[in-house]
Amino acid sequence: MADTVLFEFLHTEMVAELWAHDPDPDPGPGGQKMSLSVLEGMGFRVGQALGERLPRETLAFREELDVLKFLCKDLWVAVFQKQMDSLRTNHQGTYVLQDNSFPLLLPMASGLQYLEEAPKFLAFTCGLLRGALYTLGIESVVTASVAALPVCKFQVVIPKS
Amino acid sequence: MSRPAHRRPEYHKINKDLFVLTYGALVAQLCKDYEKDEDVNQYLDKMGYGIGTRLVEDFLARSCVGRCHSYSEIIDIIAQVAFKMYLGITPSVTCNNSSKNEFSLILDKNPLVEFVEELPAGRSSLCYCNLLCGIIRGALEMVHLAADVTFLQDRLKGDSVTEIGITFLKKQDEKKYRRKK
Repeated sequence: MADTVLFEFLHTEMVAELWAHDPDPDPGPGGQKMSLSVLEGMGFRVGQALGERLPRETLAFREELDVLKFLCKDLWVAVFQKQMDSLRTNHQGTYVLQDNSFPLLLPMASGLQYLEEAPKFLAFTCGLLRGALYTLGIESVVTASVAALPVCKFQVVIPKS
Repeated sequence: MSRPAHRRPEYHKINKDLFVLTYGALVAQLCKDYEKDEDVNQYLDKMGYGIGTRLVEDFLARSCVGRCHSYSEIIDIIAQVAFKMYLGITPSVTCNNSSKNEFSLILDKNPLVEFVEELPAGRSSLCYCNLLCGIIRGALEMVHLAADVTFLQDRLKGDSVTEIGITFLKKQDEKKYRRKK
């Protein structure tokens, strides 16, 4: 069984590759390197695949809010061994998910140090959420913001058709 | 009282899949970025090296292994403790030469390739699991051991087994490690 720490190490290494090449404008040999959108895209594919592996009974949701609750509880626990700390919504398709001690930010200093680097550590997870939602039949835009490490907020916007 | 959510077996599987799926997405992305297989292999090795230099601390903290007195002891620990701890498998070990600095790990099962049936078209030289070589190399270097680590055989390339070769580069300091008779 793969220890959870392997994923965290791999994620940190992937972000470090981004760090190493940002803000270098010169693409260098080998073409495009990691960027925020690439990380988000990888997270999306992984989120889709994880969504497909979820237990069947969870896939019959009555409404959108149930799906978001599921992400906050079950998916977050499966991936990060903890639940999301709060979920708020305006009941018009915008949801704010707050994690007060996001595991991928914990190894960094707490507070305002490294605030600028925080988005790199959130891009993959934004994609993960977007991918899981997609598998559950919901198209969305997911962004993240950090006011002070390790607290972060994921904003999920589901456009009304 | 129902079991806490994180103990449910299906979530354990999701957590295990997370690393394997992320790794697969990484390899797919690198194949987009680099045309040559050698470049992808090298990049994976480099990333693995970075991970290995940090993973070894995590490993030593969790496993409390004592001081090793020979290369073969170290290889046994890699195969029986480290691989088991992080990937849930125990490769078998062979020693390939009489001076006892060349070893092989034979992987019967490999969780990293659970979702991979075959190498992508046009990627016949891709060492899909090259991250592992880098990890081992980086970890060993942090305990002051230089080694060459490469794939000698790969099931994904049609070989019958997957075999990682580890060659220790410096001769053991005889004074330090002489076994007591």
